[in-house]
Amino acid sequence: MALLELKDVSMVYNGKVRALDGINFSVEKGEWVAIMGPSGSGKTTLMNIIGCMDKATGGEVILDGIDLSDVDADKLTEIRREKIGMVFQQFHLVPYLTAVENIMVAQYYHGLPDLNDAMTELKRVGLEDRANHLPSQLSGGEQQRVCIARALINYPVLILADEPTGNLDEANQNLVMKIFHELHAEGHTIITVTHSPDVGREAQRCIVLEHGRIKS
Amino acid sequence: MRLKFFLRMIFYSLLRRRMRMLIALTAVAVGATIISGMVTVYREVPQQLGREFRAYGANLLIIPANEAATFDTNKISDIREILSGHEIIGAAPFLYERLEINKQYILTGGTNFTELQRVSPYWQIEGAYPAAGGREVLIGAQLAKIFSPYEPSEIIGQEVTISAGEGTAMKKYVVSGIVSTGGKEEEFAFMNLDDLQQIVGKPNQISIAQFSVVAEGDSLKTLEQKISSGVTGIQPQLVQQIANSEFNVLSKLQVLVLLVTAIVLLLTLICVTTTMMAVVTERRKEIGLKKALGAANENIVREFLGEGCLLGAFGGLFGSGLGYLFAQSVSLQVFGRGIYFSVSIAILSIVLSIIVTGVASLIPVRIATAVDPAIVLRGE
Ligand SMILES: Nc1ncnc2c1ncn2[C@@H]1O[C@H](COP(=O)(O)OP(=O)(O)O)[C@@H](O)[C@H]1O
Ligand SMILES: [Mg+2]
Repeated sequence: MALLELKDVSMVYNGKVRALDGINFSVEKGEWVAIMGPSGSGKTTLMNIIGCMDKATGGEVILDGIDLSDVDADKLTEIRREKIGMVFQQFHLVPYLTAVENIMVAQYYHGLPDLNDAMTELKRVGLEDRANHLPSQLSGGEQQRVCIARALINYPVLILADEPTGNLDEANQNLVMKIFHELHAEGHTIITVTHSPDVGREAQRCIVLEHGRIKS
Repeated sequence: MRLKFFLRMIFYSLLRRRMRMLIALTAVAVGATIISGMVTVYREVPQQLGREFRAYGANLLIIPANEAATFDTNKISDIREILSGHEIIGAAPFLYERLEINKQYILTGGTNFTELQRVSPYWQIEGAYPAAGGREVLIGAQLAKIFSPYEPSEIIGQEVTISAGEGTAMKKYVVSGIVSTGGKEEEFAFMNLDDLQQIVGKPNQISIAQFSVVAEGDSLKTLEQKISSGVTGIQPQLVQQIANSEFNVLSKLQVLVLLVTAIVLLLTLICVTTTMMAVVTERRKEIGLKKALGAANENIVREFLGEGCLLGAFGGLFGSGLGYLFAQSVSLQVFGRGIYFSVSIAILSIVLSIIVTGVASLIPVRIATAVDPAIVLRGE
C-alpha cells in the first residue's frame, strides 16, 4: 500500500476560489517526489492538506493508512505531530530559542525533549558547533539546516518541504539539496515543492500543477 | 524533563525578548507597587491615625463605682493589665478637691503631669508644669485673671498660700505656670497628686483616671466591658464623641483606599491585557509554527498563561518591594513614623499580580489558540 494516496482531492476557499480540482496521485514509501508549477497553481494548498494543516473540501487523502478526511482538528494535530516533518521556505525558527532548543521544541510537543538526540540531529546537518546560537546569529543556510534537523527529530514517515531553497543562495542551496539526497538514500519519503526546475530535477519524480490540476 | 523544558522555554521567551517584556513587566510592577503600597497604607493608616487622634484627649475615663467619691490608685495598674496588647498613650490619675488658695476656695486637681501631657497634649502652658516634689502649682487661665486682674501672667513665679480649709495648716506654693485648654480646666488649679493627697489626707485615692488608648470603635467597647467586669470598685466610661468621630473618619478613609486599589487593579488588568495582546499579534508566526510542529491548543494556552504568570510573579516581586518603600515614605512624611515590612502583604501582592496577569492573559490566549498553523506555509 502506498504511504500517501490522494483520490479526487479538491479544495475550494470561501465557497468560490477553486485552488485544487480533482487531484489524484500516490507516493510510495522511500520515494522523493517534487511538486512543481507556477505561482498560484495550488502547491502550498496541496502541502497544507498533505501536512495535516488543513482539510480538503472534497475527495480522500490517505496517509500511512489513515483517512484524513474524516478526523477532527485535534486528531489532525496529533497525526501532524506523529507523522510529518516540515521544512518551510522562510525557515521559521523560534527567535528566542537557540538552535538546539529549537529542535527540542519539536521533541517537547511530541514527547520528551532530549539534548543528546537533538545534538545528534544537529551533527547530521553539520551544525553541532552552532548549537547554542540564536537564529539571529545564524545565516539563512544554517537556519534552514536547523529546520531540517528539527523536521527529522521525531522520525516522521513523511518529510514535506515547501520551497526549501527558495530563500537561499546557490552554495547553501547545494548544501541543503545534498542533505535531502542523503535522507533519500537513508530511505526517507520526501515531498519537495519548488518552482525551480533545477531543484525539481533532483527528485525521482515530478508532479506539475497548473490552475489546481495535474498537468500531463 | 518535560516540565524543565517548558520552564526553560517560557523563561527564555521573557528573557530574550527583553524590550517587549520590560514594558509588560513595568506595567505589572507599577500595579503591584500601588497595590502593596495601598494595602500597607490601608492597614497602617488606622493605627497611625488612631495614634494621631489620641492628641485630642482621653477616650476612656475611669470613675468610682457605687456613688463613691474616690477609688484606689492601684486600680490603674489592674486596668493597664487588661489593656495590655493595646498601645496606651497615657493614663492620667486625678484627685479633685476644694482647697483654699489665697483665701479663696478653688477646685484643685492633683495629677501626674508626665502622664497628663501624654493624655492631653493640647493643654497650653505659659510658664511650666509643676516640678515633681517642688511645691509648685499650675493655675488655670481664668483663675489667673482673678488673682492678678491687670496682668495675669505676673502671677507666675509668685507665692500663694494653700490649705485644706479653715483651721488647717497653711503651706506656701509657687505658681509654676498658667494653663489654657478652652474648657473647664481654666477655672481650676493643678498640683502633684502626692501633694494634694497629703494636704487633704487621702493617700492613694483618686477621683478619676483618664486613659488614652490606641483602639478603634468596637474594640474600645470590648475593652470597656472587660474593665467593667474585671476590676471592682470602678466604672469605665467611653468618651463617645471622640470614639465615634474617630471611627467614622477611619472607615471613610478605608473605603477610599479600597476604591483606589480596585481601580488600580482594573487599570493594571487592562494594561497587561493590551500588552499581552500586542505580544500575541507579534508572535502569530511563532504560534503558527508551534502548531505546525504539533503543539495542541493546550500547549499554547499553557505557554502563554505560564509566561503571564511568570511575568506576574516577577512584577509582583519588584512591586511589593517598591510598594513597601512607597508606603514607608508616605508613613514617614505624613505620620513621621516608619512601618515594618509585612511578608503577608508581599505575598498577597505577588499572588494578586499573578492572578491579574493570568486573567489578563485569557483574552490574548484565546486569540493565540485561534491562529491557523497554515500561515507558516503561506508566508507573508
Ligand atoms: N486561505 C486562502 N483563502 C482564499 N484563497 C486562497 C487561500 N490560500 C490560497 N488561496 C488561493 O488558492 C490558489 C492557490 O494558492 P497557493 O496554493 O498558495 O498557490 P502556490 O503555492 O502554488 O503559489 C490561489 O489562487 C490563492 O489565491
Ligand atoms: Mg506557495
